[in-house]
Amino acid sequence: MKPPLFDYVRPNDIGEVVNLLSESGSDARLLAGGQSLMAMLNMRLLHPSLIIDISGLPDHNFIRCENNVVEIGCATTQRQFQSWAELSDKLPLLSQALPWIGHPQTRNKGTVCGSVAHADPSAELPVCFAALEGVAVLYSSRGERLLGWDELQTGMLETACEPDEMIRAIQFPVSETGTGYAFGEVAYRHGDFAIVSMAVLSKPQKTRMVVGGISDKPKIFEWFPTKNSADLSEMLSELCGQTEIFGDHHATAFYRRSLFRSLGFRLVREASGWVE
Amino acid sequence: MLFRNVLGQSIERVEDTALLSGKGRFADDLPVRSDTLHAVFVRSPHAHALIARINYEAALALDGIEAVITGEQVKSLTKPFIAGVKEPIEHYCIAADKVRYVGEPVAIVVGQDRYITEDACEKIEIEYQPLPAVVDSRKALASDAPVLHEKAKSNLVSDRTFVYGSPDSSFLSADKTVTLTVRYPRNTCTPIECFVVVAEYDPIDGQYDVLANFQGPFTLHSVMALSLEVNANKLRIRTPPDSGGSFGVKQAVFPYIVAISAASRVVGRPVKWVEDRLEHLVGANASTARVTKIKAAVTQEGVVTAFDMDQLEDCGAYLRAPEPASLYRMHGNLSGAYKLQNLRVRNRVALTNTVPSGLNRGFGGPQLYFAIERLMDRIAIELELDPVELRKRNLVSAHQFPYRCPAGAVLDSGDYHRSIEVAEKEGSLHDLLERRKAARNAGRLYGFGCSAIVEPSMSNMGYITTVLTPAERARAGPKNGASTVVSIALDPLGSVNVTIDSVPQGQGHRTAISQVVGGVLGLSPREIAVESSFDSHITGWSIAAGNYSSRFGPAVAGTAYLAAERIRKKLTLIASQKLNAAMDQIEFSGGKIFTANNPSNYVSFRRIAGSSHWSPATLPEGMDPVITETVVWTPPELEAPDILDRINGSAAYGFIFDFCGVEVNRETHQVRIDRYVTTHDAGVLINPALVDGQIRGGFAHGIGMALYEEFNYDEAGQFLSGTFGDYLIPTVNEVPDPIILHTHSPSPFTPLGTKGVGEGNSMSTPVCIANAVADALDLKNVELPLTPDRLALLMSSRD
Repeated sequence: MKPPLFDYVRPNDIGEVVNLLSESGSDARLLAGGQSLMAMLNMRLLHPSLIIDISGLPDHNFIRCENNVVEIGCATTQRQFQSWAELSDKLPLLSQALPWIGHPQTRNKGTVCGSVAHADPSAELPVCFAALEGVAVLYSSRGERLLGWDELQTGMLETACEPDEMIRAIQFPVSETGTGYAFGEVAYRHGDFAIVSMAVLSKPQKTRMVVGGISDKPKIFEWFPTKNSADLSEMLSELCGQTEIFGDHHATAFYRRSLFRSLGFRLVREASGWVE
Repeated sequence: MLFRNVLGQSIERVEDTALLSGKGRFADDLPVRSDTLHAVFVRSPHAHALIARINYEAALALDGIEAVITGEQVKSLTKPFIAGVKEPIEHYCIAADKVRYVGEPVAIVVGQDRYITEDACEKIEIEYQPLPAVVDSRKALASDAPVLHEKAKSNLVSDRTFVYGSPDSSFLSADKTVTLTVRYPRNTCTPIECFVVVAEYDPIDGQYDVLANFQGPFTLHSVMALSLEVNANKLRIRTPPDSGGSFGVKQAVFPYIVAISAASRVVGRPVKWVEDRLEHLVGANASTARVTKIKAAVTQEGVVTAFDMDQLEDCGAYLRAPEPASLYRMHGNLSGAYKLQNLRVRNRVALTNTVPSGLNRGFGGPQLYFAIERLMDRIAIELELDPVELRKRNLVSAHQFPYRCPAGAVLDSGDYHRSIEVAEKEGSLHDLLERRKAARNAGRLYGFGCSAIVEPSMSNMGYITTVLTPAERARAGPKNGASTVVSIALDPLGSVNVTIDSVPQGQGHRTAISQVVGGVLGLSPREIAVESSFDSHITGWSIAAGNYSSRFGPAVAGTAYLAAERIRKKLTLIASQKLNAAMDQIEFSGGKIFTANNPSNYVSFRRIAGSSHWSPATLPEGMDPVITETVVWTPPELEAPDILDRINGSAAYGFIFDFCGVEVNRETHQVRIDRYVTTHDAGVLINPALVDGQIRGGFAHGIGMALYEEFNYDEAGQFLSGTFGDYLIPTVNEVPDPIILHTHSPSPFTPLGTKGVGEGNSMSTPVCIANAVADALDLKNVELPLTPDRLALLMSSRD
């Protein structure tokens, strides 16, 4: 479990980062929190010639809120995000979801943008990113472009980010009044990658449910809000039946389907503010 | 009397200050020669394949790489390991011509450091000719199954049937028979520290000097020496002062000791290997997987009169010593804690394309009790009896001890019914049943489970030969006993030094020994120095040395007591002359030796203890200098298997009664342990805090076995549990605090009345939880581990 030989640089300037990326392309890897990359390096699943450490980029460790958009820089850790004083007010969904990500030790190092960029199908942040219809700010020596949640993640551990591009920041729209939010997941142990993770937005005219851990990327479901629990249960069964859901040695498709329904039932009701 | 002031006290562990302040001395921390090289193993990606060609030119060409050693070379330097059965199974320390499991070592790369050496591994090209693989023991016995070891002609390497009493007539006259088939999965105990070996070959003396975190049993020293083709005195094995845990697993470092020794001989320099977690999970060790079909003959009153068992053991790709011991450790006590006297058992051992099995906490116990105690629950349900009441009707009674089980175990002592009474009362069993009722009334899935087991300790070195027929044993000569060696030395200033052969793996042996010896000699435990680092050239040892079968309490502490008593007796004689008093008037306390009726008539312990160094002429006439005393003890009860295949496999047998309440979440099918009560009778306790630590550790392992842990292979033999993201173990969040209760029936067969206590909950807890889950979900059969997805499937099939 020793990584292969690589060069390591820790630029102070984002311009240098994208220059190095455009020179090295896919031979280079960005190191932010390292919570996935270091393990992959040590297992020799990757053989990059260059590691560009962006965790110390001075101007990119920030959380700011402007024009009803929260922007998080690429050097910002999950821990910082979780400790942001306005989190529960501005982004209640994330305030529910962040405690589910790993453990305090991993959140101390892991970054918000890094998790979205890694695009693990069972990770929490990509699910929230899709649920809230976030935007990724991609940056390269060619300039900047914005990619919406529906364009960024293309598959399992895959994004539309070009080899010379980096996620400079991600943006979440501030929560809307009249929308209910709920996040939940099932993992075998607390802090594990989820078997199924789920975010629900309940609006007067629309229920939006985003499910992680059932396919190569978060899956989106939307419907006109059901009137009662029985209808909701039926709706979830119907959606589940129409959806291809994968299984592996962690959990069978059968179990993921059962969680789709049971977790969906609980979270939609929670987001809708229904009480028994 | 004075002795009791120290024995039975939960004094602080002498080991902890170093461990808690980062000053532990683990194998990887110890200094090595400056020219030491590092080794990495290239491992097979195939479950079953012929090795056609290995090209390592490019690897050798790398700067810093000293050697690449393949099976071809290993065959010329070592011999295959000897095994417990007569079948021709060729097992070298690395694969010779063929690989038989994913992760099997195929080559050893030796270089300047681990980084460059791993680089070199990537440059080695190995051409394999893949063969069909088999990972399930039942399929491995099919006539068309791929055969792992051609010379053995079959994957079935042992098949013996044993009959004790008259099971046939018991089943004929039974009011009822109850049958169950269960499968116990492969799992492992995952110590924090993985394997470490540093080996150095001395070509002048022809000696291998090895530092390794090997834990024994030292029967394996002979296995290693024979493989290296040297006399045992040319294989020096040393162990480090501290261990990052073992739970049996570090038995399995022995093939690597041979491999790294051979590598050192090739390169002419010391070679060090530190196993990483990926290597450990894929290639170190697993418990056996076992399929058991068990049938009971039962009377209308719920008295079990006979068991008929068919055990199919899966030992993985090789029968690695001491296997098939997993199947035979519990042979003498196959009837568990019950008084039935009629028994038939068929034991088969199969090989499959999976990691070889070896020691893991519980060794054979979890497999056995999962079958017996699940069956007892089924009997209770079919007879509509309370499961606790059913067990009471079958347990050995207090007046029957020592009790001879049909297969030969001599259960030394106990009052099993009293233990259950204590559990019921102090563990509030009635209250738990009320909780179940309330939970069920509220529509929740709540279940009750219990288990009653005996926990054997201090293994008889002869039990493994039960796998041989009486005729084969007669030819080989009897094997038995468990000789334990403890030395106590008195130094010139009269302080006390103890050397033990238990190779501790974190349990606190030095603390417990200091209590026993200090207690006998009237000294504070802190004054006693205990050396537990093992050195086969210095430590006194027998094949039974090591850290396994919970032998410490009965064997090592007991032998230390005998050695301390011998020292005390001699010092008493010296003191009685000095103090001019009768020997029976001499007492030891507070560092003084004095007369009972006049404590002011005393000499210091140090002065008397040092006198043999300074002035042997002053000793009583005829007395040899008292400088060191070595006691070698083996209990006479540990006899070789007899002509009827009866074997007393262990010196002492503790008793455990567990019960628990669990709730299964309707939404997620996750199991929550609501309450867990574990009642132990381990005889005399030396240090109750150490005992409870063992119980908590075994309980945590038991929860892992019950709910999380299994080595998974796909049909083609690919390993699916290769990281801690795939092989889940319980963390502190998943392990609730058990209620621990004790009763005390001293063992008449061990010097202190102690019994082993290190493994019990890994035997009693998995099945206790399984019984509770089966009760909660009203399931006839459950499989381990009880993962939510498995339970979801089981529940849907029930509906």
